Amino acid sequence: MKHPHIVQHPPPVEWIAKERVILVALAGQPNVGKSTLFNLFTGLNQHVGNWPGKTVERKEGTFTFNGTTYRLVDLPGTYSLTANSAEEVIAREFIIREHPDVVIVLVDAAILERSLYLVAELISLPVPLVVGLNMIDVARQEGVEIEPEVLEAALGVPVVPMVATKNIGVQDMLRVVDQVAQERLHCTPKPPQIRADHQQVLDQIVALIDGHVPAPYPNEWIALKLLEGDREITRAMQQGMPEERWEAVYDVLRAHDDALVAVASGRYEWIGRMVRAAVTHPRAGQISMTERLDRWATHPFWGLLILAGILGLAFWLTYTVGSPLQDLLDTHVVGGLAAWARTALAGGPPWLVGLVADGVIGGVGAMLTFLPILVIFFAVMAVLEDVGYMARAAYVMDGFMHLMGLHGKSFLPLFLGFGCNVPAVLGARVIDSPRARLLTILLAPLIPCTARLSIIAFLAPAFFGAAAPFVSWGMVILALSVLAISGILINRIAFRGQRAAFIMELPLYHLPNGRTIGMLVWQRSISFVKKAGTLILVVSVVVWVFSTLPGGSVEDSYLATVGRWLEPLGQLMGLDWRLMVALLASFIAKENAIATLGVIFGTENGTGLAETLAATFPPSTALAFLAVQMLFIPCAATVAAIRQETNSWRWTFFSLAFLFVVSLLAGMAVYHLAQLGGLG
Amino acid sequence: MMTDFKRPSTVAISPAHVGAIPLSALTAGEHGIVVELAGGEGLQSRMVPLGFTPGADILVLQNFGRGPLIARVRSARIALGRGEANKILVRKELG
Repeated sequence: MKHPHIVQHPPPVEWIAKERVILVALAGQPNVGKSTLFNLFTGLNQHVGNWPGKTVERKEGTFTFNGTTYRLVDLPGTYSLTANSAEEVIAREFIIREHPDVVIVLVDAAILERSLYLVAELISLPVPLVVGLNMIDVARQEGVEIEPEVLEAALGVPVVPMVATKNIGVQDMLRVVDQVAQERLHCTPKPPQIRADHQQVLDQIVALIDGHVPAPYPNEWIALKLLEGDREITRAMQQGMPEERWEAVYDVLRAHDDALVAVASGRYEWIGRMVRAAVTHPRAGQISMTERLDRWATHPFWGLLILAGILGLAFWLTYTVGSPLQDLLDTHVVGGLAAWARTALAGGPPWLVGLVADGVIGGVGAMLTFLPILVIFFAVMAVLEDVGYMARAAYVMDGFMHLMGLHGKSFLPLFLGFGCNVPAVLGARVIDSPRARLLTILLAPLIPCTARLSIIAFLAPAFFGAAAPFVSWGMVILALSVLAISGILINRIAFRGQRAAFIMELPLYHLPNGRTIGMLVWQRSISFVKKAGTLILVVSVVVWVFSTLPGGSVEDSYLATVGRWLEPLGQLMGLDWRLMVALLASFIAKENAIATLGVIFGTENGTGLAETLAATFPPSTALAFLAVQMLFIPCAATVAAIRQETNSWRWTFFSLAFLFVVSLLAGMAVYHLAQLGGLG
Repeated sequence: MMTDFKRPSTVAISPAHVGAIPLSALTAGEHGIVVELAGGEGLQSRMVPLGFTPGADILVLQNFGRGPLIARVRSARIALGRGEANKILVRKELG
């Protein structure tokens, strides 16, 4: 690639001897192919975590090129650098504070104008910029031809044309990044100029804030963000400035409250000049593949039908592939491991055998058996996300989700909850509004997961015979009604009915990229196992200890004591201490409710257990028990996921307390209604 | 769906913008040029980076008269809630 306006120097000698790690940041708007490029650069040398104090994913990796080590940080995808959400703040703070050696900004050639908006913001910051002009193949299909050299000359920073999904231009990008980082390529960026009348206002603000801007923020940039009405910067400056000085700034800002739109329009005018120069063939009027597909996928009727079909497929996959795998893992791996531990520790004290075989292996095993279902759901989510369908699903479900103060994006994660609540909670990440994300996480445990449905499937036939399907259906309806009502109430009370604006890009459809999907599934699974694993281990050991001590049997354990202690509460719902213990034990895994009843009633493996229970308890108690366990506090794995995703113990405990109260209330209501209805 | 039956939120239209209509009033296939963004600063600062600035050409791709709609702005397809679309004032373009 030629860089006509860029002076290329030979490498200074001292660079060769010096060894340092070069910091590169990868920026870009959402859906421009950042993850694909990140994976191509770093391969498996990457680490996924969270940005400090935030629930935004932070990906970092290393690679070497020309003998130099590079540290690559993937910044969150953002449309601009104005603080609308945590993502924008993270991206700009990183660039300004960490001052990376190079910032790669990826743009979508098919949406050149819009994706250059972020470039217009970044180019004004004092960091070396390299533009990756991605998806030139898609642009060509849409009839758009772009001359990268012209764009490069107009921007004054290197522009590398690429097709990241086909590994085209990636080496060029590395070469240019290397040259910029080694300071062998000097660029003169040509940032957008602010309109003359606003420049005056800007100068005024710069003069007023001079001396009050914390390092390393550039004065001009802070002034511009103040003009744009950036909440974060406005608050920080207000706090950091003497009051009368701030008053003066505020007066200027108030006199120009149209500046936000004016500044943005200025950027788009600048972009317009770039685009007019560099685009030889503007977009023709033809109807693209994406628009043709969207006639069906976003149609209010056909779109719902397509969505239902896709979800049906996801469930079919779970049941035909996931469940058998789960059983295999349970009997052979977990069961085998427990049996092996029992033999290996046969000579040791019985408490140790129990602790290892039932506490540790039982608890961790429960999580392990989650994995097949988790991986399948992650894969389904990743594929739908990667091909661009996720946004369409959100679009067609938006109206329905409105009722709960949510919007369409919450639908898929919640729906995944029918398989398992864990991916539902983890899947809430796709929701960009923090409030809607939190509400989705809080509501997810109210979706009846397969484990809970299996409890109903086990108990209902024994108690209700032919009416069992009707009871099961009623329980699901109950859970979903509670979910809808809770959504409306939490939204009204905690969030005062506010609802994030529904503005969402519908990206172009494209073929799924195996590598991107594989990495996503791998990272999410590993991160769950690592983080939730510890918590689940601790909880299972604690519950095991309580269910064993002091006597060694469940009936006279501390857990039973707690159960008896809770019996007065249980009585309100017609539940005796044994059913309360079963509820408590379901905290490790929902299936445990049945296993615990099996232990208490002395019928191992559930043979005849359902019949025994049916003979012991009246139907009203059974109904109440089913209702409570449908809505009861979620299993330890889900709680771990809630803690991980909300990053807050407060909300985690709120969720537990809320579900506890709701389930008990529902249990009482069902019990008394059933008695009124003559069900004994 | 409760929100769908709400009237379009009343927006102050300055005399210079006579003839401006909310984006939600355009049907599929119709173009409009953005005249003004109503709505609070929070909404504006989410909309302008997406290309909804005065003078921008918007093509409505889908609008069934209720629920969200889809528009093409600066070659990107954006889904907007009806409430949000009501706050974008456009001048309808012929052809």
